Amino acid sequence: MTNSPLATYQPDQRALALIGGEATDANLRRYLHGIPGIDAVGLEARAFDLGTRSIKTSSKRWAIDTIIGLIDLTTLEGADTPGKVRSLVAKALMPDPGDPGTPRVAAVCVYGDMVGSAVTALGSAHAAGGTDGVTVAAVATAFPSGRASLAIKLADVRDAVAAGADEIDMVIDRGAFLAGRFGQVYDEIVAVKEACRRADGSMAHLKVILETGELNTYDNVRRASWLAILAGGDFIKTSTGKVAPAATLPVTLSMLEVVRDWHRLTGVRIGVKPAGGIRTSKDAIKYLVTVAETVGEEWLSPRLFRFGASSLLNDVLLQRQKMTTGHYSGPDYVTID
Amino acid sequence: MKFLDYAPAPESKALLGLKSDYGLFINGAFIAGRGTPFQTINPATEQQIAMIATANEADVDAAVSAARHAYDGVWSRLSGSDRGKYLFRIARLVQERARELAVAETLDNGKPIKETRDVDIPLVAAWFFYYAGWADKLDHAGVGPSPASLGVAAQVIPWNFPLMMLAWKIAPALAAGNTVVLKPAETTSLTALLFAEILQQADLPAGVVNIITGDGSTGATLVNHPGVNKVAFTGSTSVGRSVARSIAGTDKKLSLELGGKGANIVFDDAPIDQAVEGIVRGIFFNQGHVCCAGSRLLVQESIHDDVIDRLKRRMQTLRLGDPLDKNTDIGAINSAEQLARIRELSDLGEQEGAERWSADCEIPPNGFWFSPTIFTNVSTSHRIARDEIFGPVLSVLTFRTPAEAVAKANNTPYGLSAGIWSDKGSRILAVADKLRAGVVWANTFNQFDPSSPFGGYKESGYGREGGRHGLAAYLKPAVRSGSRSIAAANQQTSSVSKKTASVGKKSASAEKAAK
Repeated sequence: MTNSPLATYQPDQRALALIGGEATDANLRRYLHGIPGIDAVGLEARAFDLGTRSIKTSSKRWAIDTIIGLIDLTTLEGADTPGKVRSLVAKALMPDPGDPGTPRVAAVCVYGDMVGSAVTALGSAHAAGGTDGVTVAAVATAFPSGRASLAIKLADVRDAVAAGADEIDMVIDRGAFLAGRFGQVYDEIVAVKEACRRADGSMAHLKVILETGELNTYDNVRRASWLAILAGGDFIKTSTGKVAPAATLPVTLSMLEVVRDWHRLTGVRIGVKPAGGIRTSKDAIKYLVTVAETVGEEWLSPRLFRFGASSLLNDVLLQRQKMTTGHYSGPDYVTID
Repeated sequence: MKFLDYAPAPESKALLGLKSDYGLFINGAFIAGRGTPFQTINPATEQQIAMIATANEADVDAAVSAARHAYDGVWSRLSGSDRGKYLFRIARLVQERARELAVAETLDNGKPIKETRDVDIPLVAAWFFYYAGWADKLDHAGVGPSPASLGVAAQVIPWNFPLMMLAWKIAPALAAGNTVVLKPAETTSLTALLFAEILQQADLPAGVVNIITGDGSTGATLVNHPGVNKVAFTGSTSVGRSVARSIAGTDKKLSLELGGKGANIVFDDAPIDQAVEGIVRGIFFNQGHVCCAGSRLLVQESIHDDVIDRLKRRMQTLRLGDPLDKNTDIGAINSAEQLARIRELSDLGEQEGAERWSADCEIPPNGFWFSPTIFTNVSTSHRIARDEIFGPVLSVLTFRTPAEAVAKANNTPYGLSAGIWSDKGSRILAVADKLRAGVVWANTFNQFDPSSPFGGYKESGYGREGGRHGLAAYLKPAVRSGSRSIAAANQQTSSVSKKTASVGKKSASAEKAAK
């Protein structure tokens, strides 16, 4: 599909060409409401079906290591300190001290003011846009509610980028989205994307958090996914982790379908990040299956898929130890960060 | 490695204790058949699983006599709540032995273990649970107060859902107070015989259910037996016709569930990804061996290309292979004969000018297999748009308006099932109202539930199975007092007084227990 005429546009022009005019509420509404709806029962049945795949032996071993390499190891607490972040980074670099062959996680995810600490702690292991090493993701735009003026949100983003964040996890204005002010949501994402530009002209990667638990319907999730991609998001992310329900398999499936359709339409690959609520290897494997069977196996790379999680890592490590040694260990055989 | 080449995850056969030979189940015991035994094979490997007995005329006669004896002596005298207890017990035993039954069904039929595990066997248990609850509530079955059972029911079932079809037949028959002689299909007798073991475990009185095996001639002998009061048949329309012909002029009650050529109608406002799933489920579920399969896809012209593109991508993710592997989506075709028929009709489709496309599947060296296939550019006059293929083959037609969709959907001698995909509720209701099909699914396909009646229009048969309506096939209105039925009335009175007596005894002992 890369020969599609749309592929020759710059992202914003392409979006405008698709929308058929300026990104006004009316134009966006017309476009987003023209997208086929979702039958909730059917979507959930499909997700359940994908969840019944039986991943055993060599496939499971590959899945376990792949999951570790896709994790954004996260701490987003009011009580976070540089010390806590150092501990998190140490865990990210050496998930299992008992087995130095264990892969590193993809990134650490922290609040904006902790970016400096994370970068320092990573030192030479900081990937800084490269592929080898661990990147730093920062939540921004008045995370998690997003209830602040645009100026504050943009300042939040610029601060994090200046401090060395490789990735920005922004939240959309759910209030504006639910009130039908699609243009405002679109413009904010475009502005945040611009704020991701570094002094040298390169860009921090932009993940757009939809907070699907507040959008409530799958149709809304699908429309918000399209909106975020049209506006230039590099990744679409389910949740902040601060609202229940956070990531679910059906929600993630519906977002993957949007990403698949966008790729069919433009040849461009957008990433997906389910975040919050994925705690076990078994659940995470269901996500891998869903990704592979919906958009294809090439999405199982940190460039295109991430898990936003904290407790997941230790469960995966326990499974990994079980597969290596043949017996189950316990929570004291994996480290807390 | 490629993640999508999932490592093998076969279900274990260890808990299956199969015998090498199976007899007939008559009057509560397994006995040798007097016909020539035949082998039942695993269609995925073509290897023999066991030898199955053939019931000859004398065996059929013995089975019907046993059923008659059990009807007169035991079953028709039991209270509804006591019949219900047996049915509940059977349902629980099916659940307890679910894994074993699922493995046996997959071995014998060729369908994937995920379907037997998640669909067939759970529905078998659900059917018995559902009708167990009806057994003491027959006054509300819709045939008037105190309806009467019919007597001995002869039931002949197909090979596509062997144990599920057995449950659809036996559960309502027993709940209504009839006794049964059942003949499973020749290629899939195994789980019916395991079910007979469950009946022994449940202590069901001897003769209430008899299971006889054999080929079509055994079935014909059973259906034509003069001692039978009711015939229930599920299978092909041609055999159904001959069944109807052979019992014409007798007082046997008949219900038929026959073929179909279901239309799956996708409107341009459909939830597209779920519609694609529904198309897949409609035609590739159980290798398309489904009488109510959505074998004709009617897609609105404006979205035809998009739907077909999505469907092809989805079909590439279907996994064909070892039915016992938990990740298998498409299992084996049930028999060489059926495979030949699917091939013949598919070749005909190509000759008629339709465009054939099959998913790229590696076909195992042994066994009977057919890649999931769709035909586009199909016209209503093509054989593949009219004949039931009973395989994983979809014919795609287009329409422009709802009226055209309805006209094309109804333009078939069959009338078993249809599906409608649209986000607009009013359109779904309006179209469903005009479809001449026994089952219409909205934004879903191939969903079954014991509380929902199932059956056909036109050449798809008559009578309903499932739900309250399913009981009507096994009941008749109470015999009213009048000159013609004095004898019957007397008989009823005597049996009622006997019942009262036994109830009296029971309540006395219950009182004792209460003290």
